[in-house]
Amino acid sequence: MLEYDFMRTAFEAGTVVAIVAGAVGYFLVLRNLAFAGHALSHVGFAGATGAVLLGVAPFWGLIAFTVAGGIGMGLLGDQLRGRDIAVGIMLSLSLGLGVLFLHLYTTYATQASSLLFGNVLGVSPENLWDMLVLGAITLASLTAIARPLIFATLDPELAEAKGVSLRLIAVLFLIIVAVAVAEAVQVVGILLVFALMVGPAAAALRCTTRLKTGVALSAIFAVAETWAGIALAYVTDWPPSFWITLLSSVVYGLTFLPSLLPLAARA
Amino acid sequence: MSAVELENLTLTRGRRTILSNVTAGIGEGEFIGVFGPNGAGKTTLLHAILGLLAPASGTIRVFGKPPGNGSALAGYLPQKRSAIGDLRLRGWDLVASAYEGHRWGPPVLGARGREEVAWALETVEARALAERPLSQLSGGELQRILLAQALLGKPKLLLLDEPLISLDPRYQQAVVELIKRVQSALGITVLLTAHELNPLLGFMDRVLYLGHGRAALGTTEEVITSEVLSRLYDAPIEVLRLNGRLIVVAAHGEVEAEAHRHDA
Repeated sequence: MLEYDFMRTAFEAGTVVAIVAGAVGYFLVLRNLAFAGHALSHVGFAGATGAVLLGVAPFWGLIAFTVAGGIGMGLLGDQLRGRDIAVGIMLSLSLGLGVLFLHLYTTYATQASSLLFGNVLGVSPENLWDMLVLGAITLASLTAIARPLIFATLDPELAEAKGVSLRLIAVLFLIIVAVAVAEAVQVVGILLVFALMVGPAAAALRCTTRLKTGVALSAIFAVAETWAGIALAYVTDWPPSFWITLLSSVVYGLTFLPSLLPLAARA
Repeated sequence: MSAVELENLTLTRGRRTILSNVTAGIGEGEFIGVFGPNGAGKTTLLHAILGLLAPASGTIRVFGKPPGNGSALAGYLPQKRSAIGDLRLRGWDLVASAYEGHRWGPPVLGARGREEVAWALETVEARALAERPLSQLSGGELQRILLAQALLGKPKLLLLDEPLISLDPRYQQAVVELIKRVQSALGITVLLTAHELNPLLGFMDRVLYLGHGRAALGTTEEVITSEVLSRLYDAPIEVLRLNGRLIVVAAHGEVEAEAHRHDA
């Protein structure tokens, strides 16, 4: 299957996205922000469809909106806690706006499905370069803030006492999440971002109690699920997004086996 | 030289005066228990000594110097810890996260960092404990890991905010004994806030009692008396001695018991 250009591009794009989503997702889950990642991708839908309407590539509209959303969430910080209703209403408004923009620009009907459910087989070589550059910037930024990010995540009270600005860390991290989400949307789409950002990370957190091993494992899971998903899609002709979400759930489910086995043995 | 020197110190939070015109000196190597009703300013005082809160008036000296933000001289164990007990990460990573944790860059400890984390964990006898996930530790075990974290940077002064809270009496005793051992072994000064006097009797060198903006510093016999506490609480207080334990009683009920109820 690697004799086709579009398959090679899909594997390359999938790899970049999976590494970024796996690593960033680990901290997202560690910070109990899984839902924020989900919310950010939805905010991006209005941006992506709005960009199409304005004649700009949807990717840049997507990223502009997710980053703006990330900054907003970071600034609100703890005030967001327990505001699921407000966040939910923002999500539906964003999806609603997206629907309107699509309606106004009717020729782009297939665009909607790619945005919502991803289309890794449709990534163009130019897109791939953008994704590679953004992915590298994202990982470099994550590395640059990793030390205070980990401190502020594990022990916010002590970190604050030692002079770490919790708000600055929160904003910087959510900007990184926003870019990672925009990348992940290229592979699995807005509605399925959870599968790449949260699934592998949550599974990694259940597999190891070591932080750095956890980050690596999360990225490895994400890459493995993406590769296998694309390969299975090639063989079965079913959408890669389906396979990736399925594998993400299966891997997460398998991490519960060790704790279930003793129960089965006792029964 | 004094470890901590407070001179005519007034501390305010917003428009509320917490401490007013307090003068006290804590010697190097002393173990001080800090007590007082809720809102008396125990945590506020620790924050001021750390340099997180500037005095409204008066001065604070820590080993002769004004307190700096995140001063390396002082190790700190905050009271409120949001979610540490739920983490599925091992204790080592939690302790390591505090090593130079305020600096930008990748979380690389280096040989010196690893040595320091190992030393802190060994000092509190938690080397093996640190390999287990935090979510599986008991309250007392978790407190040992957090104490190791406070020891990073080899501070000369330890500020421990309510390290005994929400621990069983059995674990309380073990934690106090450990803190005392660490203090003697390293020859450092300890300020420890608490609600209950009794677990700390016999371990403290002196008592700092806060109340109504005022403070009294002295031995347990000097400070835990009806006259001194009645003045600090601004209400008649009686101190009873029972089998070597101290019971502080207000006209309207037991003071210590009430302090706990506020906390729940």
